[in-house]
Amino acid sequence: MKQRDPELLLQHAPFLRQGMTTPTAMGDVLIALTPATLAGLWYFGISAVLVIGASIAGAVLTEIAFIGTERRGESLLDGSGLLTGLLLGLTLPPGLPMWMAFLGGVIALGLGKVIWGGLGNNLFNPALVGRAFLLATFPIAMTTWTTPDEAFWTFRATNFDIPFTYTEVDGITAATPLGLMKFEQQVMPLSNLFMGSTSGSLGETSGLLLILGGIYLYIRRDLDWRVPVSILLTVLVFSATLGLFDSERFPTPLFSVFSGGLLLGAIYMATDPVTSPTTPTGTWIFGIGIGLLVVLIRVFGGMPEGVMYAILLMNAATPLIDRFTQPRVFGHMRGDND
Amino acid sequence: MTESENRDYNEFIKGIWRDNPVFVQVLGMCPMLAVTNSAINAIAMGGATLFVLVGSSFLVAAFKKWIPKQVRISCFIIIIATFVTIADYTLLALVPVVHKELGAFIPLIVANCMILGRQEAFASKNTVRLAVMDALGMSTGFVIALFTLGAVREILGAGSLFGIDLFGAAWEPWVIMILPPGGFLTLGLILLVFNWMTQRKQMFMEKVAEAQRSDS
Amino acid sequence: MTEIITSDKPAADQDPHPARLIVTLALAGLISGVAIVGIFEATFTTIAENKARELRAAVFKVLPGVSQMQKLAYLDGQVVPLPPDASPEKTIYAGYGEGGKFIGYAIPGEGPGFQDTIKLLYGYKPADRKVVGMEILESRETPGLGDKIYKDAVFVGNFADLPIDPVIEVVKKGRRDSDNQVDAITGATISSRAVVRIINETNVIWLDKLPATGSEPVMPAGSDEVAHD
Repeated sequence: MKQRDPELLLQHAPFLRQGMTTPTAMGDVLIALTPATLAGLWYFGISAVLVIGASIAGAVLTEIAFIGTERRGESLLDGSGLLTGLLLGLTLPPGLPMWMAFLGGVIALGLGKVIWGGLGNNLFNPALVGRAFLLATFPIAMTTWTTPDEAFWTFRATNFDIPFTYTEVDGITAATPLGLMKFEQQVMPLSNLFMGSTSGSLGETSGLLLILGGIYLYIRRDLDWRVPVSILLTVLVFSATLGLFDSERFPTPLFSVFSGGLLLGAIYMATDPVTSPTTPTGTWIFGIGIGLLVVLIRVFGGMPEGVMYAILLMNAATPLIDRFTQPRVFGHMRGDND
Repeated sequence: MTESENRDYNEFIKGIWRDNPVFVQVLGMCPMLAVTNSAINAIAMGGATLFVLVGSSFLVAAFKKWIPKQVRISCFIIIIATFVTIADYTLLALVPVVHKELGAFIPLIVANCMILGRQEAFASKNTVRLAVMDALGMSTGFVIALFTLGAVREILGAGSLFGIDLFGAAWEPWVIMILPPGGFLTLGLILLVFNWMTQRKQMFMEKVAEAQRSDS
Repeated sequence: MTEIITSDKPAADQDPHPARLIVTLALAGLISGVAIVGIFEATFTTIAENKARELRAAVFKVLPGVSQMQKLAYLDGQVVPLPPDASPEKTIYAGYGEGGKFIGYAIPGEGPGFQDTIKLLYGYKPADRKVVGMEILESRETPGLGDKIYKDAVFVGNFADLPIDPVIEVVKKGRRDSDNQVDAITGATISSRAVVRIINETNVIWLDKLPATGSEPVMPAGSDEVAHD
């Protein structure tokens, strides 16, 4: 009994409507990501276009293929598939073969969203599902970072690898700031991190532009400020505490905040309204959890970066957090369940 | 075909498709996910399970009159555990390389609920002949499921099948497929396809039935 | 007893006498035990032979030129051929070439890898103070990355002629500038380091216990067994 376009429209309150809909919110995020995306283009040249383009194509085509003629086809127009593809693309290394980026987009949409029942039902952030799959599937390609200082039109040969093949690069790779920190105990100057001229994935290079995008989202009220603020504060405080014990071994708080994918993750991925808690208290717990996990994985884990796993783990905890932080209904006693 | 042959056939064939232990009953998940990272491991595991299941079903059906119902589960487990130990030592002696790969999962066959389930639900209530047919069908279904999963995972995860290289050196293996998450992913997708096919078949049958009704 | 009770009431809802339960279980256990002992006896020799063959293959691989071996143990302050009645925790193997000429030791070592314990065996020539071969016996490193510690011939080749002084070091691929360094595997630094760390740690345990060059235990003539397992 699906009834569309009823002739008589019955509505309940509220009758005053805010202009914000899913498409406008998605559009705002796309606008907010534009400067950082352009910076990726600036530093990594044509490779950025190829990788991001392939991952967007994978995501959008999957959405079209699966959603088909169902009513859910409307969600194609809300830009969420496009956004998933773009976010995934920004977390990929510039030298990644296009076919891998495309596959990542397919997995992000297929396993991250469609299989759960579409936008709003997914437990995990789709872009990060795609990235987690790629990282576990092609660990070498996903951790081979090329330097940003090549000319714009330099084609990275690995971008054009034939589907299902990969040529390993020797020599011209460069470790990310976090990799350098973890494996060689070298610290990257903060100004490089802030402006973005470091090796790393396409969108996690310029801290400045990511923060500007976040401020735009906050002004447009598309983003719960508690999420990024609690994540970043936790990372700052936890890193500073660790620094008290051994300032040689542990990175400085500011380095921790500006290196790797922390800003991209904290501002654009952890804030995904579908996969983060709805209550203010829950949001704080969620953010603090991500912050703690990021530092723990980076400092004590086997991998140099942990933002992705931190967010995915807290995504999984979100339903539980929501349940435990429901506010007391007005007029009910504490401990009064019904 | 006589009636009893027909019954044999039915008990055999149900385990392969309609009541497939993995795709329909979703039993035996532990070996299913743990040792299917290559086709040869999957076949070895399936073979060991087949031996244990057929042997146990035969003995349980043969001795069902002498086993009091209060201690039946203990007796089943003793019988199953004996066959598992025999399989374990035989594999260790004959194919040590495969045994090393399968590791702790051979002794764990004893905990495969598919096996105890068949004893309790079928072998202890039926004749030896039917029990063996049922066990053969169920374990063939199990082998087919293990092999499907193992083959998909080995082809994607290593670019080979039974250790034979399929795509040449340029193939980039999907490492996740031979890791535990790959087992879950592949099994989930296979179940998806299986359920989709079952549903399609059901819808088709309903349509046919409706068409027949409207014709008459 | 049993029959008297069952004759009173229908058998179906009547509990059998406990003795019958015990006897059934005991019988089942007895038959099962006999079967297990049978299969154990039947396969025991093959299994022991397989193990010995595997070990010999590994020792011969890490000590090139070896054709005979014997098991050694550290007993009463010196390394001696393993006596038949002793079962010490740690043993090593001495490898001999044609005519019983001593070549080197094969030393097993183990330690934590990226996923699970790595067990390995390496060949050591005391005369040159060099590692001359390395074989991974057991590991569960990530397929495609960490498993290159035994699948990557270049990495394994690092250990074919490797001075152990002062210690073996791991360097990033392509940065090797000294003989005692090993090229790490790209993307599997942790597994590469684990292998080297295991060898270094095992060296610390064994090297000062080994007898002086020239006075190694002699291969008993006529026997070529990895005896007393």
